[in-house]
Amino acid sequence: MTKTVLVADDEPNIVVSLEYLLERDGYSVKVARNGEEALAHIAQFHPDLILLDVMLPLRNGFEVCQKIRQTPEWQGIRIIMLTAKGRETEVSKGLALGADAYITKPFSTKELMAEVRRLLGDSG
Amino acid sequence: MLHETAIIAVAFAYLGILFAIAYYADERADAGRSVIASPYIYSLSLAVYATAWTFYGSVGRAASDGVGFLPIYIGPTLMIALWWVVMRKILRISKQNRITSLADFIASRYGKSALLGGLVTVIAVIGILPYISLQLKAVSNSFTILVQYPAIVMPGNAATLLIRQDTALWVALILAAFTIVFGTRHLDAAEHHQGMVAAIAFESLVKLLAFLAVGVFVTFGIYDGFGDLFGRVAAAPKLRAMLAPLEGAAGGYANWAWLTILSMMAIMFLPRQFQVAVIENLDEKHLNKAIWLFPLYMLAINVFVLPIAFGGLLRFPDGSVDADTFVLTLPMAEKHELLALLVFIGGLSAATGMVIVETIALSTMVCNDLVMPVLLRIRRLRLNERRDLTGLLLGIRRGAIVLILLLGYLYFKLAGEAYALVSIGLISFAAVAQFAPAMFGGIFWKGGTRTGALCGLLAGFAVWLYTLLLPALARSGWLPIGIVDDGPFGIELLRPLQLFGLTGLDEISHAMIWSMIANVGAYVIASLSVSPGADEHRQASLFVDVFRHSGEARGARFWRGTASVPDLYNLLARFLGTAAADAAFGQYANAKGLKWPDGQLVADAELVHYVEVQLAGAIGASSARIMVAAVVKEEALTLDEVREILDEASQVVAYSHRLEQKSRELETTSAELRAANERLTELDRLKDDFISTVTHELRTPLTSIRALSEILHDDPELDRRQRVKFLGIIIKESERSTRLINQVLDLAKIESGNAEWHSSELDLRELIEEAAAAVGPVIAEHRIALALRLPDRVPAITADRDRLMQVMLNLLSNAVKFCDREAGRITIALTRQPDALRIDVVDNGPGIRREDQELIFQKFRQVGDTLTEKPHGTGLGLPISRQIVQHFGGRLWVESGSGSGATFSFTMPLGSRTTGSVISAGDMNAAGVAP
Repeated sequence: MTKTVLVADDEPNIVVSLEYLLERDGYSVKVARNGEEALAHIAQFHPDLILLDVMLPLRNGFEVCQKIRQTPEWQGIRIIMLTAKGRETEVSKGLALGADAYITKPFSTKELMAEVRRLLGDSG
Repeated sequence: MLHETAIIAVAFAYLGILFAIAYYADERADAGRSVIASPYIYSLSLAVYATAWTFYGSVGRAASDGVGFLPIYIGPTLMIALWWVVMRKILRISKQNRITSLADFIASRYGKSALLGGLVTVIAVIGILPYISLQLKAVSNSFTILVQYPAIVMPGNAATLLIRQDTALWVALILAAFTIVFGTRHLDAAEHHQGMVAAIAFESLVKLLAFLAVGVFVTFGIYDGFGDLFGRVAAAPKLRAMLAPLEGAAGGYANWAWLTILSMMAIMFLPRQFQVAVIENLDEKHLNKAIWLFPLYMLAINVFVLPIAFGGLLRFPDGSVDADTFVLTLPMAEKHELLALLVFIGGLSAATGMVIVETIALSTMVCNDLVMPVLLRIRRLRLNERRDLTGLLLGIRRGAIVLILLLGYLYFKLAGEAYALVSIGLISFAAVAQFAPAMFGGIFWKGGTRTGALCGLLAGFAVWLYTLLLPALARSGWLPIGIVDDGPFGIELLRPLQLFGLTGLDEISHAMIWSMIANVGAYVIASLSVSPGADEHRQASLFVDVFRHSGEARGARFWRGTASVPDLYNLLARFLGTAAADAAFGQYANAKGLKWPDGQLVADAELVHYVEVQLAGAIGASSARIMVAAVVKEEALTLDEVREILDEASQVVAYSHRLEQKSRELETTSAELRAANERLTELDRLKDDFISTVTHELRTPLTSIRALSEILHDDPELDRRQRVKFLGIIIKESERSTRLINQVLDLAKIESGNAEWHSSELDLRELIEEAAAAVGPVIAEHRIALALRLPDRVPAITADRDRLMQVMLNLLSNAVKFCDREAGRITIALTRQPDALRIDVVDNGPGIRREDQELIFQKFRQVGDTLTEKPHGTGLGLPISRQIVQHFGGRLWVESGSGSGATFSFTMPLGSRTTGSVISAGDMNAAGVAP
């Protein structure tokens, strides 16, 4: 069964690269450009994993993460947080809120995809 | 009837009466209802001046010198006239300073000098010894004579008597016991001995009565009145000379004068006189009555002196009977036993009065001013640690009494036979007269100093010793008579009785002249040569100005130290007993409106002074000084320190003013510092924000660049369309990064003032046209209508052309970005103002909300439709433009209404000025990232 990944980022060019990477590896990709949209897509599409940018307009990444973890039926969604801000406080905050991984930009495509596969339990 | 036993019995009975009176008076005094608080008692007590000398000796003197006995009584009468000034002052001073004795007075005046007090005591004791021995001689002689009634036999040489039969010794011992009982029953803080005063007032009455009785008897009993008596004297050729009082050599006048002066001194400075007149005085007002009552007494007791003398001379013409004894022998000769007994009692009364008061006064001096200061200084005894010293003090006094009386007896044995009574007495007078310069100087002359008093006393006393005591001892055989006759080592000029060749005076006058010259001379010269200490100054002022000062606190003005109330209390209790100490402290507390012993008293200078004064009443000023100093941690003040204290006081005031000023300044400075610190913290935070924002802004394009580059790298089989697309993005993002980096650096340079400005004259018209041309393609592409409204000519301005172009392009590109999508319209207007040129860039876009109008000038802040599109640009354009415009002294602002476009305007001043970069308030909030 094809796994769905939600990409939540407001930078179009980053979305382009992420989209390509994920589709290449055989995942179904949905895109959200802000926090509200992200939550709506989660509700609608039930993705298995979400690549969540911290600096999202309308509702930032932390809020979305917190919301997901507070919602019982979304407990299974894996969350990878992305941010250009690499401070430790941000990282710990994210992980404390329930993210499964935290990756700083610019990232290595290999590392990112490896993390995605790991969290989704796929090898390859 | 006049058996030995009978006489002794009567004598003891009389002493018993005295004792009873004294006891009763003391009891009443303790109960607070004094019997002696009467000016009559006071005046009678003063009559202790009339001793056995008066009783017996004046008749003796009158018998040899006629009226020449009078000066001894004229003197006091004259002195009394001066008492109103002198005695009142002495009384006031003594009360205020709790003076306990003559030595205490002098010591206290000259800086509480223990040395001076000791010297005065020594002089007093040595000087009074002859006088005491005189009393002993009188009593023992009168007893001896009376015992041999009805025979009239003169007492033989007393030295041959056995000790057991030595009446004088018995008299001395009995009197010692009596005095001890009278005067040392307990210590009184004010040295009052009310019992003693009552007793001697009684004695003054008794001796007056006795003398009057004899006088009346002789004048009217034996003879027929004054007329008869004097008539007979005139008839006897040998005696006629007596009636001419001033007959004789010119020395007669001088002798009279000196004698008068001498007795004037005596009435003041005999220790017993000082005791009853000053120390025992209960009320200053008694003085008023005493001033005429005492002379009256003197008159009364002297009225019959001449008659008795003449009577005796007539009755015993052959000189076998000593004239000193006429008072007694005349009644005896006439077989009037009772009268004779009365006379004996009268004489006894006169003698005991003198001895008691004199020894009490002397023993007080010896205890307070001689022994105690020495003992207190012997650290080994650690007297200041002993709990109760009253026993010790009383013991010392009792010992002193016994010692003095024994010494008096000794003198009597050794030298008493050589002189008639009067001469012995006058020797004592001359001794105490040495106190006169120090005393009078002390109360009238502030310049009198301790050194002066010491030198004066020593000089005067030395002369006295040499001119009076030495001859007396020589005449009694204790020293070679050659010294008197030929002078020491045969130097005639230094003959004790004709010093430096002064002849024609009797011994006393001669001694007085030389001793006074030496005394006064040394006193004045030494006082003027040596400066006094701070203590002396204070005491001098206290004494001399006593009528000007009021209150006791002034003594405490200059004192420095620390004390504790319990220490002071214990000190007082040790010497006066707890009852007296409680009373004293209670009084002090009441005066302050506090309660004792509730412990609210402060151990300040005033309390210390008060305690010292109280203590001085018991043990004398100098001892009190020592004790207080031991209890209190005191710092001695020198005169300089006193001045310093005064200086300090005024300096402290000035200093505190300066301090206040400084602290105010400090406050303002610290406030300023706090504000500056706040600003710095703010700036620091902003810097952090700025950096993190820039970092974020740079990382974002980098992310795309890296990711896409990796994708391209990893997949060479990527289809061409994708590849082109990705490469395009890479290029764009690279450009974006570059732009960002450039702009950040630009802004940083401008803000920090490190930017390079190349100013030149330029024409704004030209610039605008050029800018318009530059954006031409974009304008055309978006089908925007661009309008230029430029005046024909504008003045040139001096500015950096490239920078201004940057501003124009920034505004134009914004206008392009935001103007209406369908029918975009941009207008550039150039207008001339009085001292500036103004450029407006107008677009017809959605406009900028009021709350965003300052926001857009902040770093990285962008507004736009946040719901749909992330705005292009870095968010640094406007901030940079503003910086540039401000650098040239202009302003950049926006006017916009929501939905009706925006107008960006900036001004460029004419006659251009450039200012340094200014961080405007709008840039302060460069936090956060574009939403």
